[in-house]
Amino acid sequence: MRALFTEPFLVSLLFGAVTAGLPLLLAGLGEQISEKAGVLNIGLEGMMLIGAYTGFLATYRTGSFWFGFLAGGVGGMSAALIVLLLCIRKGLNQIVIGIAITVGAEGLTSLLHFVQFSRSYPRLAAAPIFAVPAFSRIPVLGRGLFSHNPLVYLSWALVGLLTWVFRSTYLGLSLEAAGNKPAALDAAGVDVVRTRSFAVLCTGFLAGLGGAYMANVGAGLFVPFMTGGAGVIGIVLAMLARGRPLWVLIGAALFGASLAMTTALQVAGIDVPTDVVQMLPFAVVMLVLVIFARHSMLPSALGTPYVRGGR
Amino acid sequence: MINATQAVQSTEAPRGFPIPVAALRRITKRFPGVVALDRVSLEFHAGEIHVLLGENGAGKSTLVSLLAGMQEPDEGEILIDGLPVSIDSPRHSMDLGIGAVFQRVSLVPSLTVIENLMLGGSWLRSLARGAALRRFDELSALLATRIDPDAPMSGLSLGEQQQVEIMRALWRDEKLLLLDEPTSMLTPQGVADLGRMMHRLKEKGVALILVTHKLLEAYEFGDRISVLRLGTVAGDIAPQRLQTMSEAERTETVIGLMFGAADPGAVPAQDHEDELAILLGGKLRRAGSVDRSKPAKLSARALVTMPDFAETPLHAVSFELWAGEVLGIAGVDGNGQKHLAEVLAGQRSLRQGRLELAGFDITRGRVPERRLRGIRYVTDDRLGEGTVGTFSVATNLVLKEIGASPFWRHGISDWPLIYQSAREQILRNDIRTPSELTPVGKLSGGNVQKVLLARELDAEANVAILNKPTYGLDLHNQRLALDRIVAAAARGVAVIVISTDLDELLEISDRVGVMFRGSLAGIVENDAAAGSKVRRLMTGSAAA
Repeated sequence: MRALFTEPFLVSLLFGAVTAGLPLLLAGLGEQISEKAGVLNIGLEGMMLIGAYTGFLATYRTGSFWFGFLAGGVGGMSAALIVLLLCIRKGLNQIVIGIAITVGAEGLTSLLHFVQFSRSYPRLAAAPIFAVPAFSRIPVLGRGLFSHNPLVYLSWALVGLLTWVFRSTYLGLSLEAAGNKPAALDAAGVDVVRTRSFAVLCTGFLAGLGGAYMANVGAGLFVPFMTGGAGVIGIVLAMLARGRPLWVLIGAALFGASLAMTTALQVAGIDVPTDVVQMLPFAVVMLVLVIFARHSMLPSALGTPYVRGGR
Repeated sequence: MINATQAVQSTEAPRGFPIPVAALRRITKRFPGVVALDRVSLEFHAGEIHVLLGENGAGKSTLVSLLAGMQEPDEGEILIDGLPVSIDSPRHSMDLGIGAVFQRVSLVPSLTVIENLMLGGSWLRSLARGAALRRFDELSALLATRIDPDAPMSGLSLGEQQQVEIMRALWRDEKLLLLDEPTSMLTPQGVADLGRMMHRLKEKGVALILVTHKLLEAYEFGDRISVLRLGTVAGDIAPQRLQTMSEAERTETVIGLMFGAADPGAVPAQDHEDELAILLGGKLRRAGSVDRSKPAKLSARALVTMPDFAETPLHAVSFELWAGEVLGIAGVDGNGQKHLAEVLAGQRSLRQGRLELAGFDITRGRVPERRLRGIRYVTDDRLGEGTVGTFSVATNLVLKEIGASPFWRHGISDWPLIYQSAREQILRNDIRTPSELTPVGKLSGGNVQKVLLARELDAEANVAILNKPTYGLDLHNQRLALDRIVAAAARGVAVIVISTDLDELLEISDRVGVMFRGSLAGIVENDAAAGSKVRRLMTGSAAA
């Protein structure tokens, strides 16, 4: 066992955990915003996938990673627009629409990929890395945590920002009220539909951003179905985090680490069947659910459309 | 009648307040199949408590929702300070200086008091806690309330929650305050506090609109009373006139207006005896003719339940109940009534204690066994737990016998028989439904309750537990439900009625028990002094 915890193994595990966990973090934070406002966004996976595709396409065409991230976010937002129009405005079932978005996004991106890239399978150049001065020279941690694409640090900052927004802004109160007692928010003079629409667009943007990171930085290419359940894990993270962004970060790190285990074990030269290792994140999901799901507290109006004066 | 009303209003506006704070001019509001408000004209003045009195469906709540911006009128106009406005959102209503307190608490339970009051600020700003706390202190002083601003909303009593609602409604110095049935969830003490608060606000020049269906409240708090009936203003008693009338005259006038006699003076009193009984708080007590020399029908010994999320468990509840007796269970909602009802019905298991039905231990018997033995339960959750809304009236009438003979044989439904029996039940119980095939969810609350009572108070019933049997019903249906309960007791059924409406309990019960924090604080004989004893027990002071 001692041989396992070598520096290359640990660095590889940490680095991989951050890279694999970042899309989960972004999607989980996004989902958290929606859920706080009372919208169960089952289409998260589809939003990530659209973001991955548009993000990759933009970076591939322009060469700019920042432009790719932006395009990914906008792509995710456009998928979120469907939730906005059909579920929030028209009050259709959020679960059905969410599944439709995921399935639709899978089909659409696969088709577009087939048409555009199936012959060439283009790859992007390595994404730019920003080594945080001083921090990046800490042994193990420096290379594992502080030598990443700048988006990683921005996402960490987002955890702090969201904590502040939820706790100490009027927006935070509005989101909380929209999810727990929309009638109270309405009576206080804030438009519930607008609040939820805003939340869902944020979710779409963050999920798309996560997808774009996955494609552009994590993989350097786009392949169909590449999100592989990351959106579902994001939903689970948001549900277990009970409205606290820091918990999403912790959860994303945990799942990221179990995803990164494959590579790390190979680096360490230990031969475990990859199938077993790839199963790990999902085993972790089940384990975490068994342990914590009993205590998850969801907003009371989650998943129910708001109709003024309705009962 | 409408012409007369308008004449009253235009000539008897109080001196010194020439322009009403709010005025409705020939307002009409239709919903599919109903005219909720039909050319209603009313004026609301500063420094006046204006009571809107009427039965369920008279249009009171619709009127409030129009002023609060929840709905818009189809015809007519609303004037605020003499200027016509169209109130298209709650925000707009607030901007016009109208504050509203609704029947159901609409505060966010997961936020603290002060956070609830801060709701509604512009998104990008961080919370102005200091300013909010200053305003909170001002309003606390104005209303003479003592609430911790950092307490979570869910930890407050209903009375306190309502105080917070009133604070929110007055947060921006609103000049018109709407109170929709504010006393329905309060203890007697809470009602008294509310009365004091309304008085203080009135002195400050706020115009208050108090919506209620309780006559006594109307007299006690109202400066002006308008009676609504079937969407129209049946009449309006101005302050000057109200002050000069004796209580009997007021009652007669108001009752006449509420139940529709052409000339209020000519109402034959006995026609409205029932309504009067309920409105005035039940003078028709049941004659105590229960034979308690025999062994008790149902005896509960030291019942204890497990605490459950946000519910008060029972601790050591003991009582005995005799055949033909009505035991009323009073108490502020949330003091363990729900657990008591569920334990007796067999839906919730006991941690300790023993239940006996005519000497036979039924502690471990679950719902089907207890039902076989004649224990019947009418839940307060009529459309949730009590009926399946999308099923027909006929199916709902046999809902608890699914699979049993005679309606099912070898697992096959005998629909002709089910429908036949349903038609008989509908006729016998005067259930107003288009047919026995109509989904029960489409019926009015009163008729759903008739279905439930028909199902539970059947010929084989021994013990009936009724949780809030009249909750949300109008006077007529309330009367019918109470009559059925009393009739069942007269047949020898041992009845437990759990209710938050003390007046109705005093009317139909032989004894009244009071739940307080999960225990039975005491059981009193329903004699002349019962009302005051029960009120004392409800606040937790020791048994009288």
